[in-house]
Amino acid sequence: MAEAALRTEALSRSFGGLAAVSGVSLECRSGSVHAVIGPNGAGKTTLINMLSGDLAPSAGRIELFGEDITGLPPERVSQRGVGRSYQKTNIFLGFSAFENCRLAAQSRLPSSMRFLRRAERYHEVNVAAARALAAAGLGDRGDVRAAALSHGEQRQLEIAMTLATAPRVLLLDEPLAGMGAEESARMVALIRALKERHAVLLVEHDMDAVFAVADVLTVMVNGTVLASGRPAEIRANREVQQAYLGGDDAHG
Amino acid sequence: MMEAPRALRVLLGLMLIGLLLFPLVGERFYIQYATKIMIMAIFAMSLDLLVGYTGLVSLGHALFYGVAGYALAMAGGDAAPSLWWSLPAAMLVSALVALVVGALVLRTSGIYFIMVTLAFAQMMYFFVRDSEYFGGSDGIYLNSKPSMSIFGWAPLDLGNQLHRYYLTLALAVATYLLLRAVLRSAFGRVLIGIRDNEPRMRSLGFPTFRYKLACFVLAGALAGLAGYLTAVQDGIMNPEQLGWHRSGEALVMVILGGMGTLAGPALGAGALMLLELQFSIWTKYWQLLLGGFIVAVVLFLPGGLGSIFARRRGGGAGHG
Repeated sequence: MAEAALRTEALSRSFGGLAAVSGVSLECRSGSVHAVIGPNGAGKTTLINMLSGDLAPSAGRIELFGEDITGLPPERVSQRGVGRSYQKTNIFLGFSAFENCRLAAQSRLPSSMRFLRRAERYHEVNVAAARALAAAGLGDRGDVRAAALSHGEQRQLEIAMTLATAPRVLLLDEPLAGMGAEESARMVALIRALKERHAVLLVEHDMDAVFAVADVLTVMVNGTVLASGRPAEIRANREVQQAYLGGDDAHG
Repeated sequence: MMEAPRALRVLLGLMLIGLLLFPLVGERFYIQYATKIMIMAIFAMSLDLLVGYTGLVSLGHALFYGVAGYALAMAGGDAAPSLWWSLPAAMLVSALVALVVGALVLRTSGIYFIMVTLAFAQMMYFFVRDSEYFGGSDGIYLNSKPSMSIFGWAPLDLGNQLHRYYLTLALAVATYLLLRAVLRSAFGRVLIGIRDNEPRMRSLGFPTFRYKLACFVLAGALAGLAGYLTAVQDGIMNPEQLGWHRSGEALVMVILGGMGTLAGPALGAGALMLLELQFSIWTKYWQLLLGGFIVAVVLFLPGGLGSIFARRRGGGAGHG
């Protein structure tokens, strides 16, 4: 089995007296999709925010390929090879799709303190941007202004930008949010393709999609891990059924 | 940054030709006034880099403007120094002050950023105003203009208003071209990204603080260029040049001309100062007219005066 790309150990975060996430340990391996599911308020977003560096943990440890990255700011986490896409589409609406990816790829230059040479004249950056666009299925949409893309395409662009930073680990925060059936199917295929080269941690509400694409599932309830395992195991788990999947009284 | 729309480029070209030829017909007073307008255009463009392109609304930009002017005045004494070293030195002083101030104020954002930039500028204003060493509230006179002589040959004599006019014009054009290049560079794209969505830039791996600081220092140095030229032009530096009124004036020019358009704020400087002149000839209540004009522009031309010529946005990623 592949080595653990991203590993957390008893990761916790509390806001005031409220423990949003407490004692979460999980492993995300290269070449697989690790999905984190759970009802609203389970702490999934807090968890992914800690993994991407957007939020500092109160306790616990995060390791990237064995190196401690706990508490690093988001730009450092990104530079170490963790790419994140956001639940709320977070793209530069006035830029073209290509320029969004170009800017993202530019972050891999040793420095962007280059004041006079035109931004478009970095060959390797352009290549990385074009490759990321194509990988996300937007190869022919590069010239379109991001604001003019359909919702589904904007979600793809969100991921393309993340890919342009050449990450080893991908954190995908509800990539299917607000998508129609056809768009969802395309995104599921994309995620499946992405796991070939990345470790993917997926937070998603769409259960059909999650069970279609995940290799490992972690179920969170009230900030803690209720169960973790293969999709079949999770489906058969009574606690999970009661707490979440089939339970008609799901936690709010 | 996208290419400036054709109409705007044509207009800028015509304006440049007009400015080159203006001294042939203009009276001395107007040549002097036009010089001051071009200095303020440099100042406004430097502020646009912060406000329009990086989303950093500073209300203390006159600090860097004034500091360079004072640096020249203090270095001067009776015999003014050579421009060749005093101009870079004065800009360096502004840049260093901007580096220190920026390292502190850039830890804040939004309304707090406005307040702390204002506070730093006012601290310097009161310090200079109450310090005899810096000439107090009367200011310091420059008894002679900086020399431009190199090996005994001087391309320009800054004692001559016409020469000051052309030097200022050349430096204003240079500032515009420099900033345009910077905004099209990899660095410039990062600034626009920060303006539109700083958290996203960080998650893409950009250490945004560093870029904001570099931007702040560059804007400070160019404000210093404007302040230096003001000291040369006016022959005096006084504390008002550091005050919040001066900063506010530049901010109005930027907004009036169109934030994040570079050429717009330069137009804004011209429009504001020419209207000020015209209205004050008509009536002693000229400020009422000027205020009304500003309100009208903000209401009916939210993209600024430059947007008359620029149908499309000139700022790249739009305003976020």
